[in-house]
Amino acid sequence: MSAEAWQITWFTIGVATLSTLAILPGGVALGWLLARRQWPGKSLVETIVALPLVIPPVATGLILLKLFGRRGPLGGWIERTFGWEIVFTWKAVVIATAVMSFPLLVRTARVAFEGVNPRLEQVARTLGAGPWRVWGTITLPLAARGLVAGAVLAFARALGEFGATVMVAGFIPGQTVTLSLSIYQLVQLGRDDEALVLLGVSVAIAFAAVWVSEYFVRRRPA
Amino acid sequence: MSVELCGVKVPLAAFALELDATLAGRVTAIFGASGAGKTTLLEAIAGLRRLKSGAVSVDGAIVVDAEAGVFMPPEQRAIGYVPQEGALFPHFAVRHNLRYGFDARRDRPAGLTYEHVVEVLELSALTERRVGTLSGGEKQRVALGRALLSAPRLLLLDEPLAGLDAALRERLLPYLARVRDEFAIPMLYVTHSPDEVMALCDDVLVLDRGRVVARGAPAEIFAKSERPRYELRGG
Repeated sequence: MSAEAWQITWFTIGVATLSTLAILPGGVALGWLLARRQWPGKSLVETIVALPLVIPPVATGLILLKLFGRRGPLGGWIERTFGWEIVFTWKAVVIATAVMSFPLLVRTARVAFEGVNPRLEQVARTLGAGPWRVWGTITLPLAARGLVAGAVLAFARALGEFGATVMVAGFIPGQTVTLSLSIYQLVQLGRDDEALVLLGVSVAIAFAAVWVSEYFVRRRPA
Repeated sequence: MSVELCGVKVPLAAFALELDATLAGRVTAIFGASGAGKTTLLEAIAGLRRLKSGAVSVDGAIVVDAEAGVFMPPEQRAIGYVPQEGALFPHFAVRHNLRYGFDARRDRPAGLTYEHVVEVLELSALTERRVGTLSGGEKQRVALGRALLSAPRLLLLDEPLAGLDAALRERLLPYLARVRDEFAIPMLYVTHSPDEVMALCDDVLVLDRGRVVARGAPAEIFAKSERPRYELRGG
């Protein structure tokens, strides 16, 4: 593999890891809120979170471009406050992959929490455990398999993300090019054999992610 | 020990649970047909369900008062609750289940030891087992032991024998009697079996559609001509 292919591979793994870690706390918390609590605006939040699943990724990318662009409401604020540029940098790649994989994580986490019998949490409370101890000793361990599955799903979605990324981060070699973007570009240029190498890399990473998650899920008996 | 229910009201799907009673027996039976509001009453006392109005106090200390906005969370009430299905934690071994409440209690009474509870309920052969490998009767004994070890001042038992066959019920009944005699923790015992009431309880509250329709000693309640009626309704 060429140095360039290695760089693209590590960049993609890094971006997918970072975006998965970034959405993990919020995604797990929101999954729990949707599974266990009734609150005003719940169905609105549910719908907004699900949107990236149903609207075309390129359209989501356009929305992000408008939001995070220099003159966009979020982008402008971030630049004034932190002095960071977002669009057409690696940060935009992370944001695009995070937004695209967030719904998958939230949905899987929600199902995982719904699978935990609320009776167990109630009984734990009557045994003297406060809400946080119940969460840490009952809810979280019993939902763990589903949460690991959700994180792997989010990671895999981030690895393959194309449409939103290309809109908001563009194609800047060495800075925003992920495996998916590179495969597309190489095929456009007729360099199919190089594209096939990256294809192999993509398959290998996805395979490893699923394998690792299966390993963790099996080791943790329910 | 006494549990006072003052104007307790909890709305249910078809009717409302409405109660005014002082329960002071060693073991008080809450007797009635399915859907009479028995489980709801236990949940309200344990703090797992909110009251619409009214108040509950245990030994004179208010645990919930809807009008005054007092709601003591379940973990501070020291009221043990054993639901019908036992609700053991499936990811822990039996020992870990038993110790869940015990280890967290700092102010537990001197007489309460893990070994004693394990001995009384004959659990020593089960402590390393996984919950999934236990039989129905074993699960109920573990659930009972777990609640006892959390050092409750009141124990709520929701039809602990209902899911078991007749032979197993016969075998478990002595364990319940032993718990009553050994630990001196007052119990509210939900059931629809007159036999269990006669064997264990010294006071009976008969519930029907959320209201108390009879109250008295088991012998009185079931000696009357009403017995067949309750048995029939209890199914």
